[in-house]
Amino acid sequence: MITIIDYGMGNLRSVSKALEYLGAAYTICTRAADLKKAKKVILPGVGAFGDAMKELHSRGLIEPIKLLASKKMKLFGVCLGLQLLFEKSEESPNVDGLGLLKGHVVRFRSRNVKVPHMGWNDICIRKKHPLLESISDGDYFYFVHSYYGKPALKNILLATSHYGEEDFAAAVGNDCVFATQFHPEKSQDVGLKILKNFIRW
Amino acid sequence: MFARRIIPCLDVREGRVVKGVKFVSLKDAGDPVSCAKAYDQQNADELVFLDITASHENRRTVIDMAEKVAATIFIPFTVGGGINTISDIRELLKTGCDKVSINTSAVRNPQFILAASRRFGSQCIVVAIDAKREAKNKWNVYTHGGRKSTGLDAVQWAQKVEKLGAGEILLTSMDCDGTKNGYDLDLTRRISESVKIPVIASGGVGNLNHFFEGFKIGKADACLAASIFHFGQFNIPETKAFLQSKGIPVRL
Repeated sequence: MITIIDYGMGNLRSVSKALEYLGAAYTICTRAADLKKAKKVILPGVGAFGDAMKELHSRGLIEPIKLLASKKMKLFGVCLGLQLLFEKSEESPNVDGLGLLKGHVVRFRSRNVKVPHMGWNDICIRKKHPLLESISDGDYFYFVHSYYGKPALKNILLATSHYGEEDFAAAVGNDCVFATQFHPEKSQDVGLKILKNFIRW
Repeated sequence: MFARRIIPCLDVREGRVVKGVKFVSLKDAGDPVSCAKAYDQQNADELVFLDITASHENRRTVIDMAEKVAATIFIPFTVGGGINTISDIRELLKTGCDKVSINTSAVRNPQFILAASRRFGSQCIVVAIDAKREAKNKWNVYTHGGRKSTGLDAVQWAQKVEKLGAGEILLTSMDCDGTKNGYDLDLTRRISESVKIPVIASGGVGNLNHFFEGFKIGKADACLAASIFHFGQFNIPETKAFLQSKGIPVRL
């Protein structure tokens, strides 16, 4: 059973529809109590970093999410859900992130490119991970974002993509946390593969 | 490499695709879900559905359609037409639809763009601009499907919607739409270079080179087309192969 966290930030329906399509059972969680027994959790989200942390806070979800990570439950962050896993973001400098991954979130600095980075881009795999199984260098995924996570240590950097003059983290993770800056639920078959890998993880 | 996007656009009336999509494989050319699936299989990068009924009574039909599309295809899609309130947007996003396109209601009340982008994030607010050339390097914004002039300058309006939080601009040239003579490249380039957000070129595609020009000369971030794909004149794989041969990065 997969638990999708609903904290009022954007289109969690596309994640749940993809899980339905893949035949995976899921529940949607809005309260801390719902997270207690969760073993596999998806943290989706679009919008601003500060607003998202505020929403998580007002629902009492911050500590339960940290607790899950400390119990080594599997956590999958998507898009803004990736950024929230870090300690800080330039988007909302006065707000702390979940801090499950060391590093911070920065804005694209390249000139001559449009921001947000919106559309399909290919990735380059930097480190093996069970969720990237059967994913190859050069596979295209759908991105929509203006900020990206910058891991403090290379060992959580799983895949990168390139935009403007910057290489940035497309996927990060460790043995219990995994996150993508792109939207696997909107990246056709190759995205669904990652969700399938998560179902099996 | 970051790919330029190819986006087929489907006009929908009362839940049915009008000017049906003519694919050999398609049993029901009027069914939006079948059409969406066909384009998904062709590797379209996104889809746009424009509801041309856009009446209040019709909202339910549009939402049902979006529900079914979101359950079937896993690429981003936009729904436009008749979106006037925050609750219209919420209803659509709840289906799994990714973006909404607003036009007349944005002109009528620019603060609506601000409210919508604050509530749902810029990434899902597309502002559609229908522009018509008034003089050399001067275009005005039209609403109501191109029937009503607003007197707004298209470049200024584009910059304003960007400031108000639009995440993308869907730019249609009223002069070129339906002509098959290509995009209005001056207009597209002018708008694209005036804003930092992505611009989708629309209106006028008649051959594959028009896509190339839209990207190369018009500086479009994405190219939208309808009839050229619907009637099977060209399919998306050959469009992308052509673009790649001309040095435009695409997702094959």
